Amino acid sequence: MAEPTSTTDIWVSGTEAPEVSEWMVAGTDEGAQEMERHETTERSVEQRGSRVVDDWVVDDTIDDDERMIVNMGPQHPSTHGVLRLNIELEGEIVRRVKPIIGYLHTGMEKTAETLTFLQGGTNVTRMDYLAPLHNELCYSLAVERLLGVEIPPRAQAIRILMTELNRVSSHLVATATNGMDIGALSMMMYGFRERELILEFFEKTTGLRMNHNYIRPGGLAADLPDGWEEDVAEILVRIPRAIQDYEDLLKENPIWMGRTQGIGIITADECLAYGVTGPTLRAAGVPWDLRKAQPYSGIEAYDFEVVTGSRGDVYDRYRVRIGEIHQSLRIVEQVADAMPRGDYKTGDRKVSPPPRQRIDESMEALIHHFKIYTEGFKVPAGETYAAIEAPRGELGCYLVSDGSGAPLRMHTRAPSFSNLQALPIMMADSLVADTVACIASLDPVMGDVDR
Amino acid sequence: MSGDGSPGPVDGSDEMLAGLTDAVPSAEADRSVGDDVIRVPAPDLARLAQAARAAGFEMCADITVVDYLRVRRVRFEVVVNLLSLQHNRRLRILVPVTEDDPEVPSLVPVYPGANFLEREAYDMFGIRFTGHPDLTRILMPDDWMGHPLRRDFDVGAVPVQFKASPRVS
Repeated sequence: MAEPTSTTDIWVSGTEAPEVSEWMVAGTDEGAQEMERHETTERSVEQRGSRVVDDWVVDDTIDDDERMIVNMGPQHPSTHGVLRLNIELEGEIVRRVKPIIGYLHTGMEKTAETLTFLQGGTNVTRMDYLAPLHNELCYSLAVERLLGVEIPPRAQAIRILMTELNRVSSHLVATATNGMDIGALSMMMYGFRERELILEFFEKTTGLRMNHNYIRPGGLAADLPDGWEEDVAEILVRIPRAIQDYEDLLKENPIWMGRTQGIGIITADECLAYGVTGPTLRAAGVPWDLRKAQPYSGIEAYDFEVVTGSRGDVYDRYRVRIGEIHQSLRIVEQVADAMPRGDYKTGDRKVSPPPRQRIDESMEALIHHFKIYTEGFKVPAGETYAAIEAPRGELGCYLVSDGSGAPLRMHTRAPSFSNLQALPIMMADSLVADTVACIASLDPVMGDVDR
Repeated sequence: MSGDGSPGPVDGSDEMLAGLTDAVPSAEADRSVGDDVIRVPAPDLARLAQAARAAGFEMCADITVVDYLRVRRVRFEVVVNLLSLQHNRRLRILVPVTEDDPEVPSLVPVYPGANFLEREAYDMFGIRFTGHPDLTRILMPDDWMGHPLRRDFDVGAVPVQFKASPRVS
């Protein structure tokens, strides 16, 4: 085996691509990038976790013997993915926290630039993997706003039905993991058991349990399946009954209350300053819900309430999520009762492909079909920002088109990303045992944080 | 406004926008696909943000960058998305930034929540936010070279060798 002769740098665009040298190919079974020489700087050593640097201001009043910096994560089940925290402890008390993220970064915003507008849905749905339909809806709304197409009432109603069911399933996971992190292990099983009911309905409707690509620019991928009324009716009966079980288990449970009340408090002003939205903001007492304030897809036609808390602690966030499950089911019931008839996607043939039968008889339909599936539909140049209320807060999509078939830029305003900034505020001066309670109540999805 | 998405409700009068452009004379109010937009040169961004915060925009919802390589003369555009809960409206601030001097004032003193957002913008586009307390990479590894969301940063440029290929010697 030849000795490595030169350092292979990561290829910076504009320069020539590095040649894969002989020794890399012949001499290793590992990925060549693993074998590359890394530049060792202060920061890179810190980033790889081989050294933890305390770059905060040292408080002289604390005795150094008492201070300890603990590195929590990225591999820790309670961090809900690959979240890493640098925690400075003084005895048992958390003094400072620094979240370190990026372990799940997959460059989805870059990928979006290489996909057409129709393909983009497969990409965005993988961001917040607990609320894929919200991602699709937000992206579709942004594309449709640039296109200026009308969405038929049935498509809008199904969108609301599906996203509200998705909110229920997402909140069920949030409550389940919140329970497990604090030690209420049965919650984990209960929450996932009920979520299964909704995922089965999703699978029946969209073909997949997650990453559906069901809501698309121009409407939906398919209509609801036969017998959807019975499935929804069953969900509407079984979930409230299950929620009642959770309430019996947790609501007045002294251990649960002791572990959650007065823990991880964040005030309304802090939420606003740090861009925190969703149940965390509402638990702090701000009745801000984009479904009410800036309604989308005709959600203003349905009757529901914005659930708020008052103390902004872990317990209130749990209460808000349980309340929102009830409100979402209320919306689902109203949508199911008043489901309009009609088409499930727009009739604009420049955007949505024609039905299969038309292709056999119409030349124009064949052309539209060919155009949409080869180069995609063209979206007028412009930029827009669409926002919806996802289970974790404001999910936004900033979309820039240059008039071609693929976006010039697609940026997602991820609620978990902004919410995570509030973690140091919540955890300051709390006990180290409450760390996981705070993380779980914030309900970050790392796919959403890192994108 | 046609389409499924309903834009943020906008007051009939634009006193608020007029107040902002009065406070910062270099700022220009505009409309873009139904949204309120203000264009401002980079040095005045912090002043405009302060005025906006005073006018009731409590939250900095989003900061991002668009790379207009070979589309516009000024390559980058920093996009700041403000949200006012009390007035229920949004405001987008667009700041053109040149490639040679990609510098804008940081909004962290005005909106603490801009911290992560600006770090992401720096990481992905190399825009330097002056006055940011900790302007380091946030998503990419710290020893990464280049800024991946720039349009001239190619996809799949890192050579990956999974298995040693059989060689005839």
